Amino acid sequence: MSQQLYSNLAIFVLSLLVGFEVMSKIPATLQTPMMSGANAIHGVVVVGAFVVAAEANNWGFYILAFLCAFFAAVNVAGGYTVTDRMLGMFDRPKGGKAPAKDNKQDGGEQ
Amino acid sequence: MSALQTCSSLIYLISAICYVVGVHLMRSPKTARKGNGLSCVGMALAVIMIIITIIVGGKIDAAGWIALVAGLAIGICYGVVKGRKVKMTDVPQLVSLFNAVGGGAAATIGVFDYLQVAAGTRLQLILSIPVVLDVIIGGTTFSGSLIAAGKLAGHVPGKPITFPGSRLCNGLAIIAMIVGAVWMIGYPQNYWALVLELVAALVFGLLMTLPIGGADMPVVVSLLNAFTGLAVAFAGFVIDNQVLIIAGALVGSAGTILTLQMAEAMNRSVANILAGGFGGGASDSGASDDIPVNVKETSADDVGLQLAYAHNVMIVPGYGLAAAQAQHEVAELAKLLTDHGINVNYAIHPVAGRMPGHMNVLLADVNVPYEQMKQMDEANSMFENTDVSLVIGANDVTNPMARKSGNAISGMPILDVDKSKSVVVIKRSMHPGYAGIANPLFSADQTHMFFSDAKKGLKDIIAATKQYLDE
Repeated sequence: MSQQLYSNLAIFVLSLLVGFEVMSKIPATLQTPMMSGANAIHGVVVVGAFVVAAEANNWGFYILAFLCAFFAAVNVAGGYTVTDRMLGMFDRPKGGKAPAKDNKQDGGEQ
Repeated sequence: MSALQTCSSLIYLISAICYVVGVHLMRSPKTARKGNGLSCVGMALAVIMIIITIIVGGKIDAAGWIALVAGLAIGICYGVVKGRKVKMTDVPQLVSLFNAVGGGAAATIGVFDYLQVAAGTRLQLILSIPVVLDVIIGGTTFSGSLIAAGKLAGHVPGKPITFPGSRLCNGLAIIAMIVGAVWMIGYPQNYWALVLELVAALVFGLLMTLPIGGADMPVVVSLLNAFTGLAVAFAGFVIDNQVLIIAGALVGSAGTILTLQMAEAMNRSVANILAGGFGGGASDSGASDDIPVNVKETSADDVGLQLAYAHNVMIVPGYGLAAAQAQHEVAELAKLLTDHGINVNYAIHPVAGRMPGHMNVLLADVNVPYEQMKQMDEANSMFENTDVSLVIGANDVTNPMARKSGNAISGMPILDVDKSKSVVVIKRSMHPGYAGIANPLFSADQTHMFFSDAKKGLKDIIAATKQYLDE
């Protein structure tokens, strides 16, 4: 096993453990936003799209690079947008009505 | 290490810290949005760093730039527009769709790397195992998540889809994946090995998701989300990029924990859900034996009267409310009652609205106060003192059949709506819910059915209630 593969493997295993540790019991209220947030994080695959594009040197590879960039960009941009929108709803003042905001939200949803 | 490599390694490390701390902050409602923002900052850092790296590297050619920028531009526009415009009720299928493309991108990286090896550009045999895992997991989540999104959106029937020999097909797909894997690792110059592997993974994702009933779909989406994390981590091995490995592994394990918690909320085990699917969903057939016969219908006027003279009202929202976009109406009715001194609370099942926590999001969207949203355990202790339970478009989560054994929802925790003094169910028809079984609550003595679309029904009830209150 090469040094490089070993260090990558170590990083992988330790990151798995961090994931288990950081994700203790979370309230049901936040499970959907959390899933969406985690979904956005694996959009980091977009970095891979750059690497693919940089190494592409024929038409087949350019098409793959395009596909990869498109898929990853949808994942990362959409993921953060929709997670932020969901979480934004928890920011409102407790119990208070916010008619102006309400209208805006309606507009956005139509 | 060159200066650039040092710099990029450090930036990737910072961005990895952002993801970990971000996920940590997302566990509490107060800091959740900050957490997501922080993880977004980490993402921006990683992207800026890779842009600098490939510009300095100078390897990328004009066509590569065009492919990259075009893909990114179209993807970002599509993602942002979809994310902004989506109705809160349609979020589950959108998350599943975003997950599918994430898996697709990871698989694409594996395919790219393998083709490079096959073309003789690179020969790194030790890396072929991550490539194989990347293609398998990425391909499986791509097709699986698309089917899950289709099921949640209603494009694909929510009922378990099985056909004779589906088990055999599953077995064949698994064997094909193993054969493909060995072939790819053993003969890394063969295009057909890759084609076999990719097709087997896509078919397996399809076969895995199709037989799973709609009620279990949230757990499956979450599981596939964790899978995508792993696929991304393996893609990181393939291109030797640590930030992909860290973020992917983080999502992989955190997503697994989340999946287990969701399954726990439904009192199902993940293995049970998947095995049930593989088994052909036979448990669902013949479950509609005891269709309720003596159902009592009621009118908006009568419901209004009941509500106006109640002390404690419990609203039980379900998917029907979400589908009919009736969250504004329900908030209006609740406010009307609260303003007249009637106690109103919402009993929220963890999986109401198809995804855990989805209903909280919908109600928070229309400014329902937090203190009125009761989680399952708290709500269940309140039903005995509830005068009227208003069940709006909820079905399976109130089904007392869950307490009996031998049916599709046996053992699922439910809201004890049947313990309240009077129950009014607003529902469009007697159709069974996602689990596909009849609900004896609807024919119980204290239950009245109000057949209507949730939105229209609530409007009528609000009008009727106003007559009886002093307005």
